[in-house]
Amino acid sequence: MQPEIAESILPKANCQELFAAVQSAAKTLGVSDVEALFGAHCAALTRFANNTIHQNVAEQDRWISVRVALDHRTARATTNRFDPDSIRGAVAQALALARSAAANPDLLPLFERSAILETKRFDAATASATPQHRANTVAEAIRIVESKGQTAAGIYSTGQSVEAMYNSRGVAAWHAETMAQFSITAMAGDSSGWAKASAVSHASIDPLALARSAAEKARLSRDPEEIPPGRYTVILEPAAVLDLVGQMFGDFSATAVADSRSFLTDRVGKKLFGENIQIADDAAHPLQAGVPFDGEGVPRRKLTLVDAGVPRDLAYARSSARKAGVEPTGHGFPLPNEVGEAPLNIVISGGTTSTDEMIASTERGVLVTRLWYIREVDPYEKIMTGMTRDGTFLIENGRVSRGLRNFRFNQGIIELLNNVEALSPSVRASGEEAFDMVVPAMKVRGFNFTEVTRF
Amino acid sequence: MKQLALEALDSAQRPGVTYADVRLVESRDRELGTKNGKPGQVSSDESVGIGIRVLADGCWGFAATDDLSRPGVESAAALAVDVARSSALAKKHDVTLAPEAKHDAIWVSPCQIDPFTVSVEEQLSLLTAVDEELRRAAGVTLAQTSMIFHRSRQVFVSSLGSVIDQTRTSSGAGFEAYSFKGDQIQKRSYPNSFGGQHQLKGYELIHELDLLAHAPLMAEQAVALHSADQCPEGRFDLILDGSQLGLQVHESIGHPIELDRVLGSEANYAGMSFLTLDKLNHLRYGSDLVNAVCDARIEHGPGMGTFAFDDEGVPAQSADIIRNGQFVGYMTSRETAAAIGQKRSNGTMRATSWARLPLIRMTNVSLLPGEQTLDEVFSGVSRAIYMQTNRSWSIDDKRYNFQFGCEIAWEIKDGKRVRMLKNPTYSGITTEFWNSCAAVANRDHWVLWGVPNCGKGQPEQVIATGHGASPSRFHNIKVGAAYAA
Repeated sequence: MQPEIAESILPKANCQELFAAVQSAAKTLGVSDVEALFGAHCAALTRFANNTIHQNVAEQDRWISVRVALDHRTARATTNRFDPDSIRGAVAQALALARSAAANPDLLPLFERSAILETKRFDAATASATPQHRANTVAEAIRIVESKGQTAAGIYSTGQSVEAMYNSRGVAAWHAETMAQFSITAMAGDSSGWAKASAVSHASIDPLALARSAAEKARLSRDPEEIPPGRYTVILEPAAVLDLVGQMFGDFSATAVADSRSFLTDRVGKKLFGENIQIADDAAHPLQAGVPFDGEGVPRRKLTLVDAGVPRDLAYARSSARKAGVEPTGHGFPLPNEVGEAPLNIVISGGTTSTDEMIASTERGVLVTRLWYIREVDPYEKIMTGMTRDGTFLIENGRVSRGLRNFRFNQGIIELLNNVEALSPSVRASGEEAFDMVVPAMKVRGFNFTEVTRF
Repeated sequence: MKQLALEALDSAQRPGVTYADVRLVESRDRELGTKNGKPGQVSSDESVGIGIRVLADGCWGFAATDDLSRPGVESAAALAVDVARSSALAKKHDVTLAPEAKHDAIWVSPCQIDPFTVSVEEQLSLLTAVDEELRRAAGVTLAQTSMIFHRSRQVFVSSLGSVIDQTRTSSGAGFEAYSFKGDQIQKRSYPNSFGGQHQLKGYELIHELDLLAHAPLMAEQAVALHSADQCPEGRFDLILDGSQLGLQVHESIGHPIELDRVLGSEANYAGMSFLTLDKLNHLRYGSDLVNAVCDARIEHGPGMGTFAFDDEGVPAQSADIIRNGQFVGYMTSRETAAAIGQKRSNGTMRATSWARLPLIRMTNVSLLPGEQTLDEVFSGVSRAIYMQTNRSWSIDDKRYNFQFGCEIAWEIKDGKRVRMLKNPTYSGITTEFWNSCAAVANRDHWVLWGVPNCGKGQPEQVIATGHGASPSRFHNIKVGAAYAA
């Protein structure tokens, strides 16, 4: 164990003891195949609006989720009580549910022990960050925005979490990590700007730089102009790429393809996107976070999801892998479930063009900071709708000329990834519509804005 | 539970604390599902914990823990106070609360058949039968069914002296038939998308839904959509079914009337609202036919937003939101009501669990029934498009511009369905849309729909809300822009 995570909220030794109690209860009930998924988090979030802290919270929770398997039947029972009676109760409940379920011929025996990727994602200072640290940081960020005559809103969160998987066939996987997030919106009458970052260590985030960036965007987008909807060249900053392109990765699930509910149905291995699109799923990437094993304890493997515009690898849980005659990739969700699996550590390869260079090379276009309320309109063409928000700018003759009223878009992701003209180097990005990923900014031609809103 | 909650309250009442409340919550869930004839989700969940909220030095602090030992609760209480005092490092003014009386109550939501006493075998047997029925239709490529049951008991105590013990039981169920063919994925859901219908009822809801009887038609329609014409683009009279209209109410009335949004609390995440304070009692929100309320009382119906007291101890109320088209009210909390000079909160503070802070959340925000018969809604114009069952939903962060997609539509001529249409979408600006309301069906067709997935707050809280609506007609609505070239 890394020495700095000895004070984890749910140490490995505790999980081992608790799993022994689970196994003992299962044995008493005549069940030999049992797994336990442990979870714990201890997190705090300082929230501000109107240039003051208005909500300030801390929470701690731990849970144990027991799954039994017998006669091709399985079920799960979860509790956040760790006393012996509650653990016995959870095992008995899982057993009762499993006995009530019909047999599932696709159900496999529990996974057997395998080496788990070691990832170092725990920062003791982030785990122990105090309310005073968060409040002081927020106060400084507010002062920056307030000094520009603007109003700030946002969050600063810090915390730690544990996920662990133990089963009666020897799997003993335990992972602890920390996470910090800072997000800020600066508002200036009829305009706004936004910035956000997340990292394993709060020291890797510069909240004051984010505050300055949000305030500058709010200043630059004052008195926004309304221009007609239509097809425009757009420069999507990394958070906008993340939140839009991020909507497609659930479809890289072998189960979704087998169910014919994925846009990749009949399209895997065929050229679908531009040749400059290269996407991996890589739990070990240095800018990534998250658990290095899946819901059955299978170690995550690196996947080449898109290779030069061709969808290649899918994510496989054990069951879908067996049906396809391939090895599981370590992306399955805890059983039982209907959805199967999904890649969760997305890395979109970047290019060498900076955002400033993209702007400089654009005669007329739109610079997009952030997208909002993105939903799927068409599941096979992967048309998504949503809005721009908090910093939308007109680009004219190679420079940002003014702020714009926000647009609604209806844009197919397949089409978008065929129209990428330039990519910036990739960064860890954080938005609100998809989980954090490593993505570049993108310059895209012919982006489809269909309506304009009132602000 | 009451004793533990009172001990926690006692522990939170430290020097400098001017108000404190405690919620001790014990919850239980059961979730079942099938997919293509095989068991899907078969799981149960139970959780217990305590959330402590304090006002100290004029600022809020909140801490929650699963550790219900005396030291664990005392530690959480101390942390809540420490968090509140740290908030004072960036304070502009002291929080003030609208007055509220002390309440002592025990309330249990109506539940004719306890869903947790119905055997899992019986519940899965019904889902399996529905699943099988869906797959009888040639062309159905994926059948999915689900049921979910939830019960929570919450003991709320506050430094006002309130002691409120509430138990709520809810049920939900539904199914989906998918059909993939060529280059299209089509889907039909019953009785709604989002896992079907959800209400504050017991297993009697499942009997009322009669899932099995509706499976053949949904399966047939999912397949038939491949042969249907594309929904045209243009401006049309639009008729919405009750479930889609319920979501329209949720997005374009429910969210904008949250007073914390209006005042800026959600600016960084969920957004703000076009309903700035100057619009109260001055904005023409809709046509004369539009009447909307926010009503958490059981008299309104067994909605997902029905309770006896909200999560800061304010009794359930019915508040007028839109009266004959005029905007007349917000959803408020004790803090936000005081901030705009109102004498009392209208009781809409809710938290998703013991671990999260109560926020202003929709209770049951409903469009009240009109006076037209269903035939009058459909026959009032020579041509219209009728859309059923939500497929996509999106609205901007001030709640002006929206776009919805539905699973299926029909061209209506002289009150009759003349052809099926696929991939229907419509869009507009909130107040223009509600001002175009031309007909609202009467109470015979009014249903209190449950929306189980409303997100708000940081950390995010996903909660279930209620929305009563009946099929209604709107004039000159923009249709089909999402698929326009």
